[in-house]
Amino acid sequence: MKKKMIINIFLIALSVFTLFIVQRLLMPKYVSTIQEGSLVEEYYKEKTNHDVIFIGDCEVFSNVSPITLWENYGITSYIRGSAQQLIWHSYYLLEDTLRYEKPKVVIYNVLAMKYDEPQKEAYNRLTLDGMKLSNTKIKAIKNSKMEDESTLSYLFPILRYHSRWSEITADDFKYIFNKSKISHNGYLMRSDIKPVGYLPRDKKLADYTLGENSYMYLEKITQLCKDNDIELILIKSPSVYPYWHEEWDEQIVDYAEANDLEYINFLEYNDEIGIDYQTDTYDGGLHLNFAGAEKFSLYLGNILKEKYKLNDYRNDLIIKGNWDKKIEFYYNMKEQQEFEISEYGYLISVGEAVQSINETD
Amino acid sequence: MLFTTSNFIIFVILLSIIYYIIPKKMQWQLLLIASYMFYAFAGIQFIVYILITTITTYFATINISKLQTKYNKYIKENKAIVTREERRAIKETSKKKQRQWMVLCMVFNFGILAVLKYSNFAIENFNKILGLFNSETSFKGLGFILPLGISFYTFQTMGYLIDVYRGKYDYEKNIFKLALFVSFFPQLIQGPISRFDDLKDSLFSKHNFNWDNINFGFQRILWGYFKKVVIADRLLIAVNNIIQNPDIYQGVYVIIGMFFYAIELFADFSGGIDIAIGIAEVLGIHLEENFIRPYFSKSITEYWRRWHITLGTWFKDYMFFPISVSKPMLKLSKTCRKNFNDAIGKRIPVYVATIIVWLTTGIWHGAAWNFVVWGLGNCIVILISQECIPLYQKFHHRFDVKNKFYFRLFQVVRTFWLMSFLRTFDCYRDVGTTFKMYGSIFTVYNINEIFNGGLMQLGLTIKDYILLFVSVWIVLLVSLLQRKEGIRIKIAAKPIMISYMIFFILFLGIIVFGAYGVGFDQSQFIYSQF
Repeated sequence: MKKKMIINIFLIALSVFTLFIVQRLLMPKYVSTIQEGSLVEEYYKEKTNHDVIFIGDCEVFSNVSPITLWENYGITSYIRGSAQQLIWHSYYLLEDTLRYEKPKVVIYNVLAMKYDEPQKEAYNRLTLDGMKLSNTKIKAIKNSKMEDESTLSYLFPILRYHSRWSEITADDFKYIFNKSKISHNGYLMRSDIKPVGYLPRDKKLADYTLGENSYMYLEKITQLCKDNDIELILIKSPSVYPYWHEEWDEQIVDYAEANDLEYINFLEYNDEIGIDYQTDTYDGGLHLNFAGAEKFSLYLGNILKEKYKLNDYRNDLIIKGNWDKKIEFYYNMKEQQEFEISEYGYLISVGEAVQSINETD
Repeated sequence: MLFTTSNFIIFVILLSIIYYIIPKKMQWQLLLIASYMFYAFAGIQFIVYILITTITTYFATINISKLQTKYNKYIKENKAIVTREERRAIKETSKKKQRQWMVLCMVFNFGILAVLKYSNFAIENFNKILGLFNSETSFKGLGFILPLGISFYTFQTMGYLIDVYRGKYDYEKNIFKLALFVSFFPQLIQGPISRFDDLKDSLFSKHNFNWDNINFGFQRILWGYFKKVVIADRLLIAVNNIIQNPDIYQGVYVIIGMFFYAIELFADFSGGIDIAIGIAEVLGIHLEENFIRPYFSKSITEYWRRWHITLGTWFKDYMFFPISVSKPMLKLSKTCRKNFNDAIGKRIPVYVATIIVWLTTGIWHGAAWNFVVWGLGNCIVILISQECIPLYQKFHHRFDVKNKFYFRLFQVVRTFWLMSFLRTFDCYRDVGTTFKMYGSIFTVYNINEIFNGGLMQLGLTIKDYILLFVSVWIVLLVSLLQRKEGIRIKIAAKPIMISYMIFFILFLGIIVFGAYGVGFDQSQFIYSQF
């Protein structure tokens, strides 16, 4: 009887383990291509205690460099950004982050306020798959999923990615347990240049009112920050695409005023920041490249330092030691990317991105 | 709630747990609640139809039974004074009244089925006839939505009614038990069509938790899912591509379509039946088998004894035999014997009954001319085969090949392709297109396209084809092994490590290789639409 029980337990454990391995194998690794998919997951490998947390879409993970903030102001920051992160994703990522640390400042990029409904399963996956299992994750799934998506397939991703059996590559085996780090505290580096070709037109919209759902989650973010004694800053990060309508901007200004929040539309400070869209973007104005991100971070860092009196930790040897390693990784990657650009004319290590200009408007 | 959705799987698991926790006397009541919940998922408004069928059948059988009891009681009490003639006359009167109740109930319930399923088809054809006379009048379709499983539960319930009328068994006195028999959820969508006397004992009795039932039941469910989601739903992509684009896919593609559809339909239907039987087994309930390796049949008659068995026997017991021995048919037979010869007189009732049965079988499958032609096609082949029996006998008398492997193989292959050929009527949108596609087999010579990547245009990759090839071989192998002894018994006899691993691999295979989720349309079982 005892022997039978031991065999049963062994078989069940073996089955669970096998399922786990197969699931790991089949899940996309987001290392050689669509690197944005790794961002949310990478946070959990990070030592916590950041003074600043960024939440939002590609306009934070492409445009802000935490390393620049550290090098120039000693500010510790992390970007919990992901591709087309919608505001409810941002809210739950913030809630998730607060389970691990309590920042002094949270910066939310408001571009996603224009979306009031889930847009695409792929974007849900890029944000939600990387989150650690928690009550927050379950709430995030329930409130983000499209009509034809099931919660179960988020909790057991093998049910979603099983059909990848026919496209398994060497990367899937290589990164089955451990993936190499690809971001710099959530910043996804791109050193290549693709100048702005043409400027987007102000396409008239039938209705400029930002959605109720978006406001509801902005309200939740505001409240969560208040409850945790965190300063919330709303920003519109510099970019040419997608077009940020004045009517939207006015609504955010009104919201910030009504809630006693700071809102900075950096589109108005292009010249002061010094962004040149002929050299500072890697995809024709959708996102900033390395040079652009450094310029913007330098400008943003100054505001944070001046207005929010954040600590400069550069003299703290333990923290500094940790950041020194990050700096080394940062410049090594920059060097590698510059080498690839000079050698091949493009970045071979980055692969395909998930968003293009055509998709944004 | 599709069998292939996570909701359904959770529903079955929860039900099974509760089923063995609650007091045993409440088990069948729980099943009734669960069956109605399952039915309500398809649309709560449809419950009214299944309720009407249950209630009308219940009252009809009460009245039939009362008449039977009354007759029996009268005969018993007056045994000594009633003559044989009087007895016959009383019986006749009683039977007539019983028949009236039965016919009333049948007309009502088959009427519901006919109106819901066939009214649009009838109106469509009526409009066409009006069009022939250049009439500008046309009638709009009634737009009824067919309630889930109505063809199955109506046939099952009417079978019960006829059996009670025939005195095969007494009527079910508890209307809730009858309601469960009518609505038992695993068989509701696509059968098997059960008989009350076969099902009642296991359906209403108390079931102790039995590990073998659970184990075997889940194995059967897994096997069903394997056939449905790994094979049928993957082949569906290629089949749909072929049949929905008849202008593009002609010639050799029609033959490929026939072949793929044959495998898809078997995997889909028998997979669904495996799931139904497996769920019932988990609950300790025995459902009849609906398939016995039909693609190993050596003739079309044998095929129909092994495919959708419960529907075939339903038609045989409740339609074919009653028609064959009915008074008008016997009269017709007598007239034919008199005017022609004995052989014709003998054949006529059988032939007429066969034609009626096959027309009904065709129309049962769907309200379209395709199905009528398909039914008649089957009928013609069966009747021709019957007429050719003397020829076959002569052939076998001359050539001793009957028990030779290659001849049996030839018969199996011939039957497979004959059935596949007829089944093409299921696929294309109308009879004209089907005949056009048959014609293209002989007029469009594009066999070279198969070797030039044509198969890859059908929506499947080479990896899909390899997977299908391996999966179909597994099903074939299991079918071959089952000829001697149940494969589950063989596996259960192996050490637990081996038997467990076999089923875990099957489970993993379904999870990984199943054609479900994003990129695949979650498809209904084909027979659930009939």
